[in-house]
Amino acid sequence: MTLTKAELADLLFEKVGLNKREAKDMVEAFFDEIRNALETGDGVKLSGFGNFQLRDKPQRPGRNPKTGQEIPITARRVVTFHASQKLKADVEQLYNGTSA
Amino acid sequence: MTKSELIARLAERFPQLVAKDADFAVKMILDAMSDALVRGDRIEIRGFGSFALNYRPPRTGRNPKSGDKVSVPAKWVPHFKAGKELRERVDKAS
Repeated sequence: MTLTKAELADLLFEKVGLNKREAKDMVEAFFDEIRNALETGDGVKLSGFGNFQLRDKPQRPGRNPKTGQEIPITARRVVTFHASQKLKADVEQLYNGTSA
Repeated sequence: MTKSELIARLAERFPQLVAKDADFAVKMILDAMSDALVRGDRIEIRGFGSFALNYRPPRTGRNPKSGDKVSVPAKWVPHFKAGKELRERVDKAS
C-alpha cells in the first residue's frame, strides 16, 4: 500500500468536512507551502513528525559508473529529513527486528 | 517554518474556511503520514518526494563510556527522498 495525495484528500473530505475541491486544494497547498519554505532556504519543523533541513554540499569528485570517466559532482543544496524521536520510536517498534 | 506557521499560511490561503479547519487538516495529514509509515507503508507525493522505511540489520555496538559490548537489534528507520521538482527548486535557489 502507498499513501498518496488522493488518499490524504479523501481523509480531509471525510474527517474534516472540507468539500472535495477544498480537500484536494488543501493537500496540494500543504506540500506547496513546505516546498516554498525550503526553496527560500527556510527549514521546516513539524513537531511529532520530523524536520526538513537544507544542506549545502561542496563540489566533490565523482565518476561515471559505466565508463569510469571522472566527472566532478557540482556543489548543490539538498533537502534532508530527520524523523522525530516519536516517529522513529513508533516505526522501530513495529517490526520487532523482522526483515521485509 | 514551524507547524503553527504552516497552519497560519494555509488559513490565509483558504479564507473561506474557519481557521480551525487548517489546523485540523494539518494534524490529520501528519497523523495519516505517520500511521502509514508505522504500518510499513510507503508515502509518495508527486513533485515533493517519497517516504519509506530502511532496514538496519542487528549489530554489536559499544557503550562509549565503559567500552562494554552491547547488541543493537535490527530496526526500521524512516527515510525521505526528495522528488525531482523539490530537488531542482531547492538547488536552483541556493
